[in-house]
Amino acid sequence: MGTLLIRGGRVVDPSQGIDRLDDLLVRDGLVVAIGNDGTQPIGRADETIDATGLVVAPGLIDMHVHLREPGREEDETIESGTRAAIAGGFTSVACIPNTEPPIDTQSTVEFIHQKAARADTCNVYVVGCVSRNREGKELADIGQLVEAGAVAFSDDGAPVYDAELMRRALEYCRMFDKPILAHEEVLELSRGGVMHEGLVSLLLGLTGMPAAAEEVMIGRDIALAEVTSGRLHVMHVSTAGGVALIRAAKARGARVTAEACPHHFTLSDENLRGFDANFKMSPPLRTAADVEGIIEGLADGTLDCIATDHAPHAREKKMLEIDRAPFGILGLETAVGLSVTRLVASGRIGWPRLVEAMSTLPAKILGIARGTLRPGAVADITIIDPQMTWKVDVRSMQSKSVNSPFDGWTLQGRAVATIVGGRVKHRLGGP
Amino acid sequence: MPHLSSDATPTPGWNHRHLLDLERLSGDEIRLLLDTAARFKEATDGCRRKLAVLTGRTIVNLFFENSTRTKTSFALAARRLGADVVDFSASGSSLSKGESFIDTAKNLEAMGVDAVVVRHATPGTPHLLAQHLDVGVINAGDGPHEHPTQGLLDIFSIRERRGDLAGVTVGLVGDIAHSRTARSNLWGLLKLGAKVILCGPPTLVSSRWREVGVEVSHDLDAIVPRCDVLNLLRIQFERQNTRPFPSVREYAHLYAMTRERLKRARRDLLILAPGPINRGVEVTADVADCPQSLILDQVTNGLAVRMGVLWLICGPREDASIETAATPAEGRFV
Repeated sequence: MGTLLIRGGRVVDPSQGIDRLDDLLVRDGLVVAIGNDGTQPIGRADETIDATGLVVAPGLIDMHVHLREPGREEDETIESGTRAAIAGGFTSVACIPNTEPPIDTQSTVEFIHQKAARADTCNVYVVGCVSRNREGKELADIGQLVEAGAVAFSDDGAPVYDAELMRRALEYCRMFDKPILAHEEVLELSRGGVMHEGLVSLLLGLTGMPAAAEEVMIGRDIALAEVTSGRLHVMHVSTAGGVALIRAAKARGARVTAEACPHHFTLSDENLRGFDANFKMSPPLRTAADVEGIIEGLADGTLDCIATDHAPHAREKKMLEIDRAPFGILGLETAVGLSVTRLVASGRIGWPRLVEAMSTLPAKILGIARGTLRPGAVADITIIDPQMTWKVDVRSMQSKSVNSPFDGWTLQGRAVATIVGGRVKHRLGGP
Repeated sequence: MPHLSSDATPTPGWNHRHLLDLERLSGDEIRLLLDTAARFKEATDGCRRKLAVLTGRTIVNLFFENSTRTKTSFALAARRLGADVVDFSASGSSLSKGESFIDTAKNLEAMGVDAVVVRHATPGTPHLLAQHLDVGVINAGDGPHEHPTQGLLDIFSIRERRGDLAGVTVGLVGDIAHSRTARSNLWGLLKLGAKVILCGPPTLVSSRWREVGVEVSHDLDAIVPRCDVLNLLRIQFERQNTRPFPSVREYAHLYAMTRERLKRARRDLLILAPGPINRGVEVTADVADCPQSLILDQVTNGLAVRMGVLWLICGPREDASIETAATPAEGRFV
C-alpha cells in the first residue's frame, strides 16, 4: 500500500491531547507517527497531501445512520449511503437496525457486512435490535448478535416501550459492555404529531409533539440505567429539558451518554412555517431556547457526541401533505458544514471538542478501535478545510434521496479528504 | 371604497396571486377584500343576481375533504360572476389510486383552469399547491389552520351591523384548538383593531394564544357581559385524537350559549355561528334563532365575500367592471 504523508496540517487528536501543526505519516494502512520520526524522509513518501491551513483529524464516526438496506432500497442503499458518508468526511458509520427485515439475526448482520465490503467505501458497524423483530416484546438474541459483530443495540424509529423489557436489555447488555441506543418518546403524548408542540404549531393548526413526550421517556430510561448500572445512550436529544436531565444523571454518576443532531442545533420549529415536509423529523425541531440548550450541552460535554440521524426518504415521499410525509432528514453530507458553521465558527466550541464529539467519543461509546491517530492505529483520517465556504446542492449529493432543508444554504467547513484504512476514498479539489 | 377599474390591471392595493390565509394579509388588504365583497353584494342585489365579470373563466372546486356549504357557496359565487365551475372531489378520483395531490392539481391546471379552490384536512396543503401551480389558489379550509373566506364573511357580517371593527370585543367560544374559523377570525379581527377573547376549556384553548395579543378565558359567564359579538364554534369531534372534555353534557353545561346566559349579555350582542351548528352543544335552539343571531346573514355574506375573492384572484376581465356589468340595459346578465 505504501506511504502517505499528510504535511503541515493542524493535527487535532483529542485521544492523545494533540492539537498542533505537524505532519502525519501513514504506512500500509496504519498511522506510523505524528511528526517526522526520521524513518520516512518527507521526499520519499509515495503520496503526499499538503494540509497547510487544514485540520487533520481521526476519521469522523457517525453512530446514527439509517442505510435503509435491506428493505427500503428506493430511499438508500449501503452503497449510496456509505458514498454519502465519505463525501461528508465520515470514515465509519453505525447503521440502525430498523430495516425490513430488522437486523435481529446473525445472518442479517453478516449481510450488512458483506454489502459494506462490496461497496468498499467506509467502515460500517452494525447496531442490532434490542427486541426480536423490533416488536418490543422479547429480547433479540443479543449475545449472538454481539458474536456477529453488533456494536450496540437499538429499536430506534420507536422507543423500547415496555419499561420492563428496557430494564432487561440494559441489564443483559452489561455482560457484553454494549450500550442501548434509545429513541425517547412517549407515544401517547406525540400521537398524530408532525412538529414540536408550541406557539408555532398552535398558529399553524398542526398537531404538536410536546417536549414532555421526549423528556418523560429520557427520565424513565435514566432511572432504569441507574437501577441496572446498564449503559444508556440517549439518541437525538432535542430539548433543553432533556439536556438538563442527562446533565443531572451524569453528575450522579449514571452510565449515560448522549448525542445531538446538527439539525437540532441549527433549525427550530419556526422553520415549519412554510409547511415544508423537509423540516419534518422525529424528534421534531424544537424552539430557539432548545437549540441553545443543545449547543450548551455539546459545549459542556453533557451531550457527548454529534450524530446525524441520517434518515433518507425518496423525494416523492417528502412531497406529500405534511402529515402524510415521513419523518427524517439527510445528515451525512451536511454534518461537518453545519457543525463548523454553528459551533466552531461561532466560537461556541473549539476544534478539539468538535473532533472529540465526531470521532473520539463515538468510537469510545461503540467500543471500536477507531477515533485515534495513535501510532499503530488504523489510518482513518478526515481532513477538513475549516475556512471553505460552500453551497449545499441536493442534486450533487451522493445519497439516493434528493431532499434537504439545507438545500441552497451556504456553509463554512468541509471535508476535503476522507481516508479509510490508509486509502484516500474521497478528495475534493487538489491533486 | 376601492376603485374596481375596467381595464386588466390588477386591483390597486391587491397584489396577491393566492388567498391562503389571513395571517399574512395587512389590515388594508383585509379591508379591501371586505369592501370588494360589499360592492358585489350591492351590485347583485344582495347576492341574488348574476354579473358577467368572470365570463370565460373556469374555477375548480378541489375538495379533498367533505363539504356541502362551502363548496356550494363557492360554486354559486363563481356562477353568479359568469365563471364555469368544475367540481373535483377526492372520493372516486385518482387519489384513491395513489396519485399525489400535487399531481392531481397539476392535471387540473393543465386543463386550463384559472383558479383552484382547495379544501384539505392537512394544514398547509393550499400553500404547497401554491408553490407548485401557476394558477391562483384559494384556501377553502386547510384542516385546523385557516379558512380565510369564513373569517372574512364573519367579519363582514359584524361590520354590516357595527361599521368599524376597531374597539369591538369579539368572543370566539369553543373548540379553538381544532378550528380554522377561529384562526382566520382571530387574525382578521386583530388586524382591524378588534379585541379578541378566546373562550373554552384549557384543553381546547391554549394559554399561549396570549402571545399573539388575544385574551384567553375559560369562563364563558365571565366574558358574556363584556362581548359585543359572540362567535360560537363547533366542537370538531372528527379532528380530536382524544376527548378533550369529560362529556358533551358537561361541555354544554359550561360553554353552551343558552337563553340564561343571553340574559346577562349586552342587549345589542351579535351572535354568529359558522355552522353546521350542533344545537344543544355550543348553542341552544332558541338562541340560534333569536333576533341577535346573524347565522343566516353569514350564509348570504359568504356569497358576497367569495365573489369578491374570486374577482381579486382571477383578475378583472378587460371589458368588465362591477359598475358596467351591473347595468341591466347593457345586457351583461348571463
